[in-house]
Amino acid sequence: MIDKIMASAAEAVEGIKHGSTVLVGGFGTAGMPFALIDALIAQGAGELVIVSNNAGNGDTGLAALLKAGRVRKVVCSFPRQTDSWVFDRLYRAGKIELEVVPQGNLAERIRAAGAGIGAFYCPTGYGTLLAADRETRRIAGRDYVLEFPLHADVALIKAHKGDRWGNLVYRKTARNFGPVMAMAAKLTIAEVSEVVEVGALDPEAVVTPGIFVQRIVRIDAPRQETAT
Amino acid sequence: MAAELANLKRLSRKEMAARVAADIPEGAYVNLGIGLPTLVADFLPKGKDIFLHTENGLLGMGPAPAKGEEDPDLINAGKQPVTALPGAAFFHHADSFAMMRGGHLDICVLGAFQVSVTGDLANWHTGEAGAIPAVGGAMDLAIGAKRTFIMMEHFTKAGDCKIVPVCTYPLTAKTCVSRIYTDLAVIDVGRDGLVAREVVAGLSVGELSRLSGVALTDGRTA
Repeated sequence: MIDKIMASAAEAVEGIKHGSTVLVGGFGTAGMPFALIDALIAQGAGELVIVSNNAGNGDTGLAALLKAGRVRKVVCSFPRQTDSWVFDRLYRAGKIELEVVPQGNLAERIRAAGAGIGAFYCPTGYGTLLAADRETRRIAGRDYVLEFPLHADVALIKAHKGDRWGNLVYRKTARNFGPVMAMAAKLTIAEVSEVVEVGALDPEAVVTPGIFVQRIVRIDAPRQETAT
Repeated sequence: MAAELANLKRLSRKEMAARVAADIPEGAYVNLGIGLPTLVADFLPKGKDIFLHTENGLLGMGPAPAKGEEDPDLINAGKQPVTALPGAAFFHHADSFAMMRGGHLDICVLGAFQVSVTGDLANWHTGEAGAIPAVGGAMDLAIGAKRTFIMMEHFTKAGDCKIVPVCTYPLTAKTCVSRIYTDLAVIDVGRDGLVAREVVAGLSVGELSRLSGVALTDGRTA
């Protein structure tokens, strides 16, 4: 019997290595896997490369991981927010590397990794600072920038419901990066609010099929934490 | 020139929003950027089907919820609580940005630091030393929609025109802007330069061109 359900968040993050590239789901705090991040802090892996839309809010979640000094580099679209003081301080002190990627390119580079694409030409960012010194090509009269996939060792995502085979459904706009991140990592770990029996999820409504998910843990928190 | 600028009869932010809203037809798929463009939603005609897209993953976005009804899983690109209208759809980020980049979105309304006479847009980064760069979806939005509308004050508080011969701030995208709505005029970005379609009362296209420091063709129909 295949059972991907882990007993705890601590068990779910076992084996994540020093220096790993980790995709972290969420747009701001919606869809952020708070329990998995807390478990990763306790687990102790450091020198991490974090790929996420933002660079942490307040002092919890991703911000707490940064604050614990576990992150070498952040790849994200929007680090600077009103409540990103943890990142801001590390960045200004020269203690963290930053790669800024347009949001859609971030999503598509992650998707490309999961879909086995070697590289792709994308119009976003052409002629801007973020595409300086990059390979470009004019195709049918439009200019494109060559973009490479963002592969990862681990993805930490949050979903609404899951079953022991790893099938997932999400909740509202908390879906955001979850489905593409699940595809792009060697080890995808999902925290879910509810575990249901195999067969309980409508196959027509499954968003992430279990093939993309290796571990699931149920976290008893009906609502996510807020960041303040 | 400061005195001349001070005496102009400008549109209020709400009047600007109403003016942009008047150009959005029924059936349009529209993304309203963070800041001033968000106001446009309040002036869209009631009873017409216009689909608001928010790039974090929702089509059919509704207004802010009543106090106490906020759901942290239901937010817009500015991370503010919103609602989902009947008929709404949720989707992941790669699909959301495919809606833009793939040319499916009809109109995107964005704010700007500067727009050039050829329609280059600068709205993501002041380029100041020490500023932490943060682009979000700005570059994707600018190139993504069939038409990109810019909504901004015509002049900065310091009196500099935001429509410029060449952008001095770092670019968001090249030649992406189709129409500019300011507190003084509605201006199309054409192949042969800027065309003023509307100008506030008491101001001529020639005067606006002189104050702005860019060439403007008079394209008013009325």
